[in-house]
Amino acid sequence: MSLEVAQLSRRFGDAQALRDVSLAVRGGEFVALLGPSGSGKTTLLRVLAGLDFADAGTVRIDGRDMSAVPARERGIGFVFQSYALFRHMSVFENIAFGLRVRPRAQRPPRAEIARRVEALLGRMGIAELARRLPEQISGGQRQRVALARALAIEPRLLLLDEPFGALDAEVRKGLRRWLRALHAELGLTSLFVTHDQEEAMELADRVAVMQAGAVVQFDTPAAILDRPASAFVAGFLGHAARLPARLSAGALHFDPLPLPPLPRAALRATPEAEGPAVAFVRSHEWRIRPAAAGEGNATLLHARRSGGREQLEIDLAGQVIEAEAAPGLLQPGQPCVVEAVTARAYADKP
Amino acid sequence: MPRRCDAVPGFGFSLSVTLLWLGGLVLLPLLALLLRPAELGPAGLWHSVTEPRVLAALRLSFGAALAASALNLPLGLLVAWVLVRYRFPGRGLLDAAVDLPFALPTAVAGLALTALYAPNGWIGAPLAALGLKVAYTPLGVGLAMLFVGLPFVVRSVEPVLRDLPREAEEAAATLGATRAQALWRVVLPALAPALLAGFAMASARAIGEYGSVIFIAGNMPMVSEIAPLLIVTRLEQFDYAGAAAVGLAMLALSFLMLLALNLARRLWRPA
Amino acid sequence: MAPGVSPTAEPRWLRRLLIGAAALLLGLFLLLPLAAVFTEALRRGWAPAWQALSEPDAVAAVRLTLLVAAIAVPVNMAGGVAAAWCIAKFRFPGRSLLLALIELPFSVSPVISGLVWVLLFGAQGWFGPWLQAHDVQIVFAVPGLMLATLFVTFPFVARTLIPLMQDQGRGAEEAAATLGASGWQTFRRVTLPDIRWALLSGVLLCNARAMGEFGAVSVVSGHIRGETNTMPLHVEILYNEYQFVAAFAVAALLALLALVTLAAKTLLERGTRRGLPA
Repeated sequence: MSLEVAQLSRRFGDAQALRDVSLAVRGGEFVALLGPSGSGKTTLLRVLAGLDFADAGTVRIDGRDMSAVPARERGIGFVFQSYALFRHMSVFENIAFGLRVRPRAQRPPRAEIARRVEALLGRMGIAELARRLPEQISGGQRQRVALARALAIEPRLLLLDEPFGALDAEVRKGLRRWLRALHAELGLTSLFVTHDQEEAMELADRVAVMQAGAVVQFDTPAAILDRPASAFVAGFLGHAARLPARLSAGALHFDPLPLPPLPRAALRATPEAEGPAVAFVRSHEWRIRPAAAGEGNATLLHARRSGGREQLEIDLAGQVIEAEAAPGLLQPGQPCVVEAVTARAYADKP
Repeated sequence: MPRRCDAVPGFGFSLSVTLLWLGGLVLLPLLALLLRPAELGPAGLWHSVTEPRVLAALRLSFGAALAASALNLPLGLLVAWVLVRYRFPGRGLLDAAVDLPFALPTAVAGLALTALYAPNGWIGAPLAALGLKVAYTPLGVGLAMLFVGLPFVVRSVEPVLRDLPREAEEAAATLGATRAQALWRVVLPALAPALLAGFAMASARAIGEYGSVIFIAGNMPMVSEIAPLLIVTRLEQFDYAGAAAVGLAMLALSFLMLLALNLARRLWRPA
Repeated sequence: MAPGVSPTAEPRWLRRLLIGAAALLLGLFLLLPLAAVFTEALRRGWAPAWQALSEPDAVAAVRLTLLVAAIAVPVNMAGGVAAAWCIAKFRFPGRSLLLALIELPFSVSPVISGLVWVLLFGAQGWFGPWLQAHDVQIVFAVPGLMLATLFVTFPFVARTLIPLMQDQGRGAEEAAATLGASGWQTFRRVTLPDIRWALLSGVLLCNARAMGEFGAVSVVSGHIRGETNTMPLHVEILYNEYQFVAAFAVAALLALLALVTLAAKTLLERGTRRGLPA
């Protein structure tokens, strides 16, 4: 199954929700739409499902233009952010719904429907909830019901709108793992919307980073982390200090911060022309060593153990940066010398 | 439990006022209604209530009320749907018109309906030409009850419809349901409790309705005489106990009906 | 890409059909009777209608109607506010029972609302002999009309206030208490401003019902022209005497009252929706 989106645009009153969006998704891929709120990701998802319509552009599924195809004929499974379970129906009836409303000719017999629903309940791990009502089960369970309901119609494309948004951290992590395993097992082409970059990086084969209605980068997580296409992408994928800088005389200068300049060769990303720039340094890209009193360009504010390392909060001449180091290197309040080993720099356009 | 030294003051005072107000104006009179028929003795009470004329009147009042309220369900749903889901010029006017039977004095409504549906009225005349007589028949009674009951169904359904999450209908669409299927399987069941509540309120109002009905009904005993009229007649004959008996019968039947509807509402939720 | 029909909307022709059907229903069914009243009242022109209204019996009926409303509304307003206060701001055993009892007059037939007072104060009522002995006339006189109207309009103010005050909760009043406000101060300065539009709305409905009540007052009134007839009762008398124009003229006046009430209520609701201080 292939999904091709070409130059999709959508405007709501004064706001441009989608700007000339183009995307090609391969069969079996698990794609994340990642971006801050208002970046257009949910709008894109809804247009794909047929719940909303673009002002311009096309959507093709398996080569077929979807503009004349209503939502109910698209064969796309949609999991809503709020799950949108049918309140007056039991879990079983919710999941069976898509099969029961099929036209006579395509409707499986009752026994078959029951068999399929029960199989899905088993796979989702919620078999004992079959007779319960949505209001009687937890958020995580509702999420699985919503997923089972969408899968029951054997869709060729699965769309998930912030599937873990309303759940607490522990539940979220567990469901993430479970969803990844499910996708590996089913091989169903899926797109999911999220604003959590960790989630996108962990689950997706490819990530489309969106900003203000446009896709600014569409690549594998590793590639995006390694070569962010713009300052926005670099900053959005967190845990990087954002520093004002200037590229001049072949090196990146960090004035007024007391950091030695970095030669071009040492940079992971370089602006094309000299001039003002913004630089991103990841927490593991700092070199820190303790300094004697009076020396040093920074002070340690706070240290936090994380796994086998320590996350340090360091005051670098008024700017707070996060750096990673071996445990026990510094004590809070201790002066130190901080240096950037590498950075990604982008031209700072006004 | 009411706390002493509650942070919010005035509990004792407001409760006393309320109990006095309620007791004097509602409970005491109703007590009289409950106790008066007792002077007939159980046998006498039973006879008074099961007289053919009384039964006919109760049948008419309850039968017409239930039928009219049942008819008000699709009508009220239509109006509520149009008011909540669509935007069009004149919507505000329509919205206000729904409250008309509620705000209009019952005698005025009764007079107006009679004027319209009498054999020489604007609507009565063409209907008479077709051989259909409305005024002064049980049909007229039903019509008046339809008039007074409509706002109850509309106003009961409206808030629920307004709060219905659109996403449920969208979900149904993505799962392949046609619009009709989505409405029938997803929207309507969600509205069922509100419809039932509206039905109950419309029926309760219609059963006891006097002013709107009395002008358009024929008021012929055994045929088109409503139960409230029978109460008035017995009072005029100084049969206080008999009048109270009919009143009690009406209350008892209404109470049973409401109980049944409440039960139906509770059964609807399968849990 | 052509914007198609959203999956949760009906096709345009169906929408138009439904709107038309609803408009037809409301127009034919609700507005037409209203139009009939005014048409019949003015059938012979303004003069006879005006004459019917300025006749002494009609004037007396209007005055009596106003008097009854002037008593019934404040009493039920005070009671309704007290009831809403204790029900909405506190929890106590019997609270739901109280709520149900307050709703009771609403679900009782108007005729029964009048009957109960006859059973209490009529010639053969509980207090009948005592009243006769003291030459006090309640039923078939103005006091009876008051009582019947009080019963019928009992729940109106409470019904509008209770859900609103329950929604608003106790937070503001508790805050006022911590700041040292007394009961009356809290009510006047904190609660009242929050509920004034709902209160006004409830009072309007209460008033409309008080003036327009027919069944209950019909039972307790002596139907004595010029003395114990409110406007609705006067309409009935005129109708029964075949004075149709006069009957409709008085009915038209009552209909006007209803329209004014509706208009005022709609304005109030629009005002609160647009965010006037509730």
